Amino acid sequence: MSRVPLPYTQKVLDLFRNPKNLGKMEDATVIAVAGNPACGDMISFYLKINDQEIIEKASFESYGCAANIATASIVTEMVKGLSLEKAWKDITWKKVTEEVGGLPSVKFHCGVLAVGAVKRAIRKYYQNKGVSPSWVPQELTFEEKQALEEEELAKTLAKRLNVAEEK
Amino acid sequence: MVENVKDLLKAHEGIKREVYLDNENSTIVPKDVVDAMLPYYNQRAYGNPTLTHKPGWEAFETIMKSAQKISKFLGSKILEEITFTPGETEANNLALMGAAFANKHKGKKIVISEIEPINVLHVTELLQKFGFTTTKIPVDREGFLNLEKLKEAVDKETILVSVSVVNSEIGTIQPVKEALDIVKDKNPATIFHTDASDAYGRIPLNVQDLKVDLATVSSYKILGPRGIGALYVKEGVNVDKILEGQIGTQKLWPGVENTPLIVGFTKASELAFEDFEANVNHMRKLRDKLVDGIFGKLSDVKLNGPKGGKRAPDNANISFLRCEGEALTIELSLKGVYVSSGSACSRRLLQPSHVLVAIGRKFSEAHGSILMKTTRYHTEEDITYVLEVLPSAVGRIRGIVGSTGVD
Repeated sequence: MSRVPLPYTQKVLDLFRNPKNLGKMEDATVIAVAGNPACGDMISFYLKINDQEIIEKASFESYGCAANIATASIVTEMVKGLSLEKAWKDITWKKVTEEVGGLPSVKFHCGVLAVGAVKRAIRKYYQNKGVSPSWVPQELTFEEKQALEEEELAKTLAKRLNVAEEK
Repeated sequence: MVENVKDLLKAHEGIKREVYLDNENSTIVPKDVVDAMLPYYNQRAYGNPTLTHKPGWEAFETIMKSAQKISKFLGSKILEEITFTPGETEANNLALMGAAFANKHKGKKIVISEIEPINVLHVTELLQKFGFTTTKIPVDREGFLNLEKLKEAVDKETILVSVSVVNSEIGTIQPVKEALDIVKDKNPATIFHTDASDAYGRIPLNVQDLKVDLATVSSYKILGPRGIGALYVKEGVNVDKILEGQIGTQKLWPGVENTPLIVGFTKASELAFEDFEANVNHMRKLRDKLVDGIFGKLSDVKLNGPKGGKRAPDNANISFLRCEGEALTIELSLKGVYVSSGSACSRRLLQPSHVLVAIGRKFSEAHGSILMKTTRYHTEEDITYVLEVLPSAVGRIRGIVGSTGVD
């Protein structure tokens, strides 16, 4: 439970102060959530996808720190106009981290969570349609696994909290 | 990444006012204190207090007089009962480890409250590697120790109990005297340690009345310089030193005494106790203005810790629901208001403050917690300014959260 210095970049600070594509999207084609409020880290992602499977627009909401807000915001910009296949293949947490000018290492998971949310959204889109493109592997990607791991951790912590509450 | 800091600092240009409320984690050192310290760097008493020359004897005299003053402020009469350490962390390490090792032949059990500071919790974890066991006593929803459980936990094997007088995060003033009586009733040989860092200079504190065996105090918690603190060790209580080196004027802490810091700590103590009532009333008045103002202006807020007379006069710890704490600290910083959060995001692990979890706060409540402490140097205008900027800051972060993470 120690603290760590967090010298955020100008880009992270800019996105924190003026997030792009913030807010719930009423006409979203697909919505995905990653993270858990128990970890203090949660993102909702909204994608509007057209018939050509191009992401027309994306938006987000974030219950999280500045790095969480900044990475979620930048991902909504990065995926805009991309085909689902290109978004799936091109958007990685490393690229997201680069786009915000780097992150303190303890905040890497924020970028991972943002990408995990996008991949979940894309996966969900195809599940809803009942199709499975060859480029969407059965096995979860690194980012999806990490998001899941963080959610599992939250459950473990919550369980410990319940024990405390019963005392 | 250090170059990023330049941009972060630049983003603060043009702020109207600066109000520093993160006095839990570091403080300003007032000019009076710094001025008192300066001559001791190069004008007088710069010698080693154990050596036979004028600057050495000056240092010896200065350190002894300082110890005498600190012991008096603590309610002790014997200056030898004070050991200066490089801070609260070291004093707590010395208390826990030193008492455990010196008394290991009597038993291996240590009892602490579950809301003790990290520098107590982690030391007991370390001591487990040496065969000691730790029992953590739960607290209620306001942070008060469960005295029944304490009574059950202490037995003939219990060598050490550690319970803070005031919890530094939520300001709970523990019934230390009652706790001590319970402990000594069950086992008179058990050593009772208390971290009094957040009580010193804030609530009446007298180690002789409390009858504690060991007590920690810290300089930076009373607007003194960082890097100095003290452990009170009651005469006759067995504590081993935990570091090896050249022993000087103090038998429990080796190395050359840091005379200027000791002088600064003493000056800060004098300033805190000179007008104790007025200082405390000032802190309390501004703290109340802050808390009442927040509750008046914002909905979905919760006070962490007790209300009224059983709360330290400087402590305000408030959870802003649907608001992530680290994001809020940054938003407030950009407006010149400096606070800290118990959010997991401001820590290394994805785990919020153990104190807030122990008092039954939900994780989402802990993540939105902000800790603020008032001092005698704050003004009404400072608090008015905080109350001006806080609602819009919380509003903006809640806007980013939207419907996410609401439980």
